Amino acid sequence: MSLPSQNGPSAVTAERRFAPVAEMDAAALALIVVGGIYMASYAPRRAPLALPIVLAAASGVLVLASIVMLARTKGFAWDKFFLVGRWTLLSYVIAAGLIEFAFVRDHIRGGPLAVITAMLVLFAVIVPLIISFTVARYQSARSETA
Amino acid sequence: MTDTRAEPSPHGPAADLGPPSGGPPRPVIQIVPLKGLPIVAVVLAFLVASIGFNWQWGLDFNHVAGGALWTGIDLFVGLVVGPILGRLSIPARAEFSARFMPKMVLLMPTLVAMTLASGFQLALDLGNLKTSSPNHSWLIASFIVVGVMAVTALGILEPANLAVLFEMRKPRPNGEVIAKLMKRFIYTAGITGLMQVATLVIMTRVASR
Repeated sequence: MSLPSQNGPSAVTAERRFAPVAEMDAAALALIVVGGIYMASYAPRRAPLALPIVLAAASGVLVLASIVMLARTKGFAWDKFFLVGRWTLLSYVIAAGLIEFAFVRDHIRGGPLAVITAMLVLFAVIVPLIISFTVARYQSARSETA
Repeated sequence: MTDTRAEPSPHGPAADLGPPSGGPPRPVIQIVPLKGLPIVAVVLAFLVASIGFNWQWGLDFNHVAGGALWTGIDLFVGLVVGPILGRLSIPARAEFSARFMPKMVLLMPTLVAMTLASGFQLALDLGNLKTSSPNHSWLIASFIVVGVMAVTALGILEPANLAVLFEMRKPRPNGEVIAKLMKRFIYTAGITGLMQVATLVIMTRVASR
């Protein structure tokens, strides 16, 4: 997976090719943003849910696939990934909670609220995934280089 | 995220960005400025209260102040600071970014939250979202503009900003990695600049009807 380097075994991090985790998660983010815009465009009426459900499901599949790819990555800086991941997850759970609060406050109930909640859960997972992956891919894997 | 330890550079000496011997020490980088967190908490509490109590002035203030700062900062950084940054040497870019980006990590998400949450609430309250409203199509256009900016900022810019900060915390940061990540900043500045101009057009149309 890694390109040859003249700087010794620990120099691979910058040149290394990774699975397209960030790209897949950015695509997943784009899908839920499209779903969110579609639903918001119907407000205050109830939006048809078929398209948002399909978009959320496709987004979920992309996220799961990216997580599987990431889990199979060897020599990854997992310590940095989890360090960044837990704090960004906290901040985006708060952000998603604020958005959920606004929808509940606006009397969104039933199916639409369930779809919005699913999208917000995806949002709160995807952004930390992209951020922590992007940070960790340029860090050295402590356990393998020590 | 604020307690990362410095670690050796994995990239070898050729690409290092460390100070020359006898040069000025590099600034200590705090990725999330902790002193700013209470201010963010107060702003978000004000936003929640404005939405929760449907407080007209609070909603207006959050939307106008947040939106003006968001658009102004985005355009200034994208059209003025970005091109200047692109012409600086890599150590100068790193020095600037070390002081600039941590502030943006707190500032921009707060402004975006203020603007969008209060804006959606205002649109509902004022009836602008109803299909019968003459502003309906303009608001849908603004959703699309915000959607493009959200994917650009959350999927490309913010991860790159944080990765740069982590790289610069190393005792000998890799200039090539920083330059590669900062190219994203320069490329996406055009997209966000264009979207912000579109936002200005849309919002002034909505306000004038």
